Amino acid sequence: MAEVFTKTAARNIYIGGSVFFILFFLGLTFETVRSMPTRDHRENLTESVARGKLLWEENNCIGCHSLMGEGAYFAPELGNVFQRRGMANEQAFKGFLKGWMDAQPLNVPGRRAMPQFNLNADEVNDLADFLIWTSNIDNNNWPPNIEG
Amino acid sequence: MKFESQAVAKPYFVFALLLFALQIVFGLIIGLQYVVGDFLFPYIPFNAARMVHTNLLIVWLLFGFMGAAYYLVPEEAGVELYSVKLAKILFWVFAAAGVLTVAGYLLVPYAKLAAFTKNEWFPTMGREFLEQPTIAKVGIVVVALGFLFNIGMTILQGRKTVINTVLITGLLGLALMFLFSFYNPENLALDKYFWWWVVHLWVEGVWELIMGSILAFVLIKTTGVDREVIEKWLYVIIAMALITGIIGTGHHYYWIGPKPYWLWLGSFFSALEPIPFFAMTVFAFNMVFKRRRNHPNRAALLWAMGTGVMAFLGAGVWGFLHTLAPVNYLTHGSQITAAHGHMAFYGAYAMINLTIISYAMPVLRGQGEAASPKAQVVEMWGFWLMTVSMVFITLFLTGAGILQVWLQRLPDASNALSFMDTMDQLAVFFWMREIAGVGFFIGLLCYFSSFFVGAKSTSTVAFNG
Repeated sequence: MAEVFTKTAARNIYIGGSVFFILFFLGLTFETVRSMPTRDHRENLTESVARGKLLWEENNCIGCHSLMGEGAYFAPELGNVFQRRGMANEQAFKGFLKGWMDAQPLNVPGRRAMPQFNLNADEVNDLADFLIWTSNIDNNNWPPNIEG
Repeated sequence: MKFESQAVAKPYFVFALLLFALQIVFGLIIGLQYVVGDFLFPYIPFNAARMVHTNLLIVWLLFGFMGAAYYLVPEEAGVELYSVKLAKILFWVFAAAGVLTVAGYLLVPYAKLAAFTKNEWFPTMGREFLEQPTIAKVGIVVVALGFLFNIGMTILQGRKTVINTVLITGLLGLALMFLFSFYNPENLALDKYFWWWVVHLWVEGVWELIMGSILAFVLIKTTGVDREVIEKWLYVIIAMALITGIIGTGHHYYWIGPKPYWLWLGSFFSALEPIPFFAMTVFAFNMVFKRRRNHPNRAALLWAMGTGVMAFLGAGVWGFLHTLAPVNYLTHGSQITAAHGHMAFYGAYAMINLTIISYAMPVLRGQGEAASPKAQVVEMWGFWLMTVSMVFITLFLTGAGILQVWLQRLPDASNALSFMDTMDQLAVFFWMREIAGVGFFIGLLCYFSSFFVGAKSTSTVAFNG
């Protein structure tokens, strides 16, 4: 057996296989990046959305929540919170989010607690715009239902 | 020790183990916060503690990989390390950067840390696992470059074996993929696409090269099986790892923006990802059965076989469980993901580090080839307690995940429970997971104590040190 399948053969499969699949992956990446504008609707990516993303990052929201299913699994999914809590209505959602952020922490004993992040009205508006923009990314209809 | 410079691995291993212990402590804290939601709030909010838990994991694994490289590369290359001094300096730089980063997570709100480190100049923070301030990321790159230079020069000056070539390929890949952590576009869909180039292409790509080469090294040393045989196995394992794992990245692209063809590509290739891990298990057991000598360090052999099995179960089986797109549609971002993450990281990367540490520490401590039989018994108790506890952690999280899918994802919108209501229903699983976590911690204490019992040497070749 050792003679049929040699170390050199194994090495060649490793090198050939990895080079082939690296190139294949780069090709797929090229295609994905090119087709992404029709999926992410970047024409709606305003400065407010960009500021909202930075706020999202600098307050480590992903440390508890998930966004499109990625992140921590300690607090609700926020990729569709615009639909869940704002009924896909911008004014309703922004009003809800301001009230929600201001009310933290809720101080219910034993309940998972969200810190007070001290965001001002403009910042909450930016954060809302980021979450609204995110909810409109075409992500193959995930999550399965409104509860995320 | 064949070469004096191998001794520089010791502080790396010791520090890795200390961070490992701290990681487990924070794991217990966040595990408890899953059921006692306001535990330690507002002093240590969940997001900070989780960040400490996951970042400590990454950093201790990196310390372990570096220690492994400093230990095995001189021996493989047959020359002293290029620069012991550089290795020592980089140890302190990396340790200081790690301690400062973790202290920053715990002492100030994350937004303050971001402001203090001027994140707005070059925003890279606030993405899962890549939470380190930009300046700390730069520090990691500097340490990695110095480390790769040191290891690379050593290999260039000595023998280029398959093991040290594969190892440095993996380490180069690790450093290269980390550079994508600096790419953080305003467009979340693009951000997520390339975020996986760090995370997935690390753990299901280049890290498998590192794991395979460390395992091959330990098996050559402990079983005495012919190098040719082991090297052929190593090539087969890493070939399968990259052939399946690179396009396997697609299993992360189902629900974050890329087009639907990724559902097919990701499902097909990632369904094959268990193969390299299965090969590692078969490899370890085969080599042990074919062994030509009975190495006195039986604990190291146990770790080597254990990492094969647990990596296959955690990464292979638990990965496969939810990797097919129709299944993942329901399980994505649920407790199933957490179950898989725990057993995969422990089985593959924690245990491969504990394998090389188990093999190398007796030599580094001047105990000869192995610690005393008594110390090995205690170490093996640690092995079993930690490993069995991790199996239970995984099973309880899997139970929680299945129930979560049942209550929250499967019903239609009018019947589905909300996330928070679902969590209340899962509490019993989370309590049991926490108890299993305490079991893991006891195993960890047992493992640590093995370094302090029966320090007497079993081998005639004993050094003081």
